[in-house]
Amino acid sequence: MAEEVDIIDQVVGQEYKYGFTTNIEMETAPKGLTEDTIRFISSKKTEPEWMLEYRLKAFRYWQSLSSPSWQNFSYPAVDYQDIIYYAAPKEKITLDSLDQVDPELLKTFEKLGISLSEQKRLTGVAVDAVFDSVSIATTFKDQLKEKGIIFCSMSEAVHEHPDLVKKYLSSVVPYTDNFFAALNAAVFSDGSFVYIPKGVRCPMELSTYFRINAENTGQFERTLIIADEGSYVSYLEGCTAPMRDENQLHAAVVELVALENAEIKYSTVQNWYPGDKNGKGGIYNFVTKRGICLGDYAKISWTQVETGSAITWKYPSCILKGDNSVGEFFSVAVTNNMQQADTGTKMIHIGKNTKSRIVSKGISAGKSHNTYRGLVKVNKKADKARNHTQCDSMLIGDRSGAHTFPYIEINNKSAMVEHEASTSKIGEDQIFYCNQRGIGTEEAIGLIVNGFCREVLNQLPMEFAVEAQKLLAVSLEGSVG
Amino acid sequence: MLEIKELKAEIEGKKILNGINLVVKPGEVHAVMGPNGAGKSTLSAVLAGRADYAVTGGEVSFNGKDLLDMTPEDRAREGVFLAFQYPVEIPGVSTTNFLKTAINEKRKYLGLEPMEATAFLKFMREKMELMEMDKALTSRSLNEGFSGGEKKRNEVFQMAMLEPKLTIMDETDSGLDIDALRLVSAGVNKLKDGERSFVVITHYQRLLDYIVPDFVHVLYKGRIVKSGDASLAKELEAKGYDWIKAEVEQDANA
Ligand SMILES: Nc1ncnc2c1ncn2[C@@H]1O[C@H](COP(=O)(O)OP(=O)(O)O)[C@@H](O)[C@H]1O
Ligand SMILES: [Mg+2]
Repeated sequence: MAEEVDIIDQVVGQEYKYGFTTNIEMETAPKGLTEDTIRFISSKKTEPEWMLEYRLKAFRYWQSLSSPSWQNFSYPAVDYQDIIYYAAPKEKITLDSLDQVDPELLKTFEKLGISLSEQKRLTGVAVDAVFDSVSIATTFKDQLKEKGIIFCSMSEAVHEHPDLVKKYLSSVVPYTDNFFAALNAAVFSDGSFVYIPKGVRCPMELSTYFRINAENTGQFERTLIIADEGSYVSYLEGCTAPMRDENQLHAAVVELVALENAEIKYSTVQNWYPGDKNGKGGIYNFVTKRGICLGDYAKISWTQVETGSAITWKYPSCILKGDNSVGEFFSVAVTNNMQQADTGTKMIHIGKNTKSRIVSKGISAGKSHNTYRGLVKVNKKADKARNHTQCDSMLIGDRSGAHTFPYIEINNKSAMVEHEASTSKIGEDQIFYCNQRGIGTEEAIGLIVNGFCREVLNQLPMEFAVEAQKLLAVSLEGSVG
Repeated sequence: MLEIKELKAEIEGKKILNGINLVVKPGEVHAVMGPNGAGKSTLSAVLAGRADYAVTGGEVSFNGKDLLDMTPEDRAREGVFLAFQYPVEIPGVSTTNFLKTAINEKRKYLGLEPMEATAFLKFMREKMELMEMDKALTSRSLNEGFSGGEKKRNEVFQMAMLEPKLTIMDETDSGLDIDALRLVSAGVNKLKDGERSFVVITHYQRLLDYIVPDFVHVLYKGRIVKSGDASLAKELEAKGYDWIKAEVEQDANA
């Protein structure tokens, strides 16, 4: 409570502050996408044959698809042959030793507030730092290992834990799922892999920081988290990118698997470059995130704070397969200027007594458009399924739009599904009231918006809640007056 | 402290203030009374800087500075406090958090360091005791779901926290039962220190039994048509506003 105010002070008057570029020698794949590109990526990672086969299958399938068009926003067609699918710092990286990491890279992460060096690490948070297509370093690995926890880059997991990868990769989001999932399966670069053994409560937050740096490059990371029976993990991802005039594509896939009695809490603070005031540049954030509660009493909770990207298009979802399993989705999506967001969730109730909860807060300012799209589906055998959805929109100014598309499919009479929705406008009265207490208009909006999102922000781990509040205030700068 | 000269204001082309003159010196309590629609709330809103109203004439100086030239937030930071007739609700923002923001914004304006969290909490505890504020209220969302009385008490509590030089209270008594009225008035009286000034806008004399004014002004049709001491309020209570209206009409016809 004490912090949040200071932070709002600090940030007013700032622009996108992560827009710098790092000058470092890179090794890249040639532009464009063919089977050769995929072989190139796979060989760079010295992948086993089965991985390459998987990629090629996905690629061939992707070639048969065309990009979807049901979304509530428009964007120029992406030329998939004009993207670089692999970019990595040239210097050889030894994953276990920071000494061998290019100091330029360490500096980059320092600048982003992520210290990888032993002395200055965030206490209680283990970080995997991903720079363009590769993971640079993962902190606190040894401490985690003692508990049997695996936290490493996906590339490493393919080598070190092939059985787990083979068993679960693509098990929640098959490459046949959608256009971007197929693309990701074909070309995915790096991402994090987490395994929490039976009965283990992960003693610290695990977090991945994604940084796009290279020009004309797409980022296609792949994350897989497996929580074995009775385990618990809280995972957080953050992301930023330089300011560039061209749009860049980010098409990630995240899969979560929670076995019996396990709980996964997955939080995202998304702050990709949103483009400039006039909608030039910015990241296309087209991501497939899905978790499955495989066992009884499993729980998956998604929390997202989406402030960046030119376009955000994602629906972190839960498949509630185990009886008595629980799915949650807490979301804040802020759009300003020309940004667009079409986001929400899917809760698929399969097991008995499954529960889901959706809290979505959309804030639209400038000429932006913000869409909530959510599906609650109750299957035939899902006796006594429960869902509660709350969907609130806030408009700032009168040129922005808020849209809500709730889909409900119920095939079992014992289901109880509730939906509440509201739309409000930041009132002149509220702003004047704050002004009259000495609070300027920008700060007032930060305060009011943070209040509006309180329920969702409260879900974030402490360290990141503060960061998220800053972001909310910054991303709405210049939204009035 | 406050000097209002020939202040004229309108909204949507409708003239509401038609030349207000008022001088408030440090430590004074002025009551502004008048029938509904006289322009009392307008006067308070114009002084606080609400943008909906267009000032079409006159001057207002506050401690030697041109008040009308300042943004609403700067007026507040200079020490003008308005206790609203209808305080707004801000969901998800606690009174505590709200006040910490406000105080530190003011300190920044005055070139002071922000207040440390612990110092702030201590300061707030003291003020809560002084104002007999319920702890539960300050941790709840600002004014959300507060009763009318709670909202008004919260206004007075904010006043205590922000330590303004000039307080304008817009019908703080409306909608209060007698107990709440006592509490609110006691709070205000505790803040009197011989330096702070108060402009108490009210429709009824009742409040003035508790907050005794040095001067009473009657506002009618956007003008102060009569001024006197506390006994004027009593007279209005006894005779209503009609005789004043009659006097004004007479003068106008003369
Ligand atoms: N926003 C507005 N638009 C039009 N007329 C207004 C507005 N606000 C106030 N008025 C008018 O201005 C006059 C004075 O109002 P107000 O200052 O609220 O009076 P009081 O507080 O003395 O009852 C009234 O006739 C009222 O109808
Ligand atoms: Mg009034």
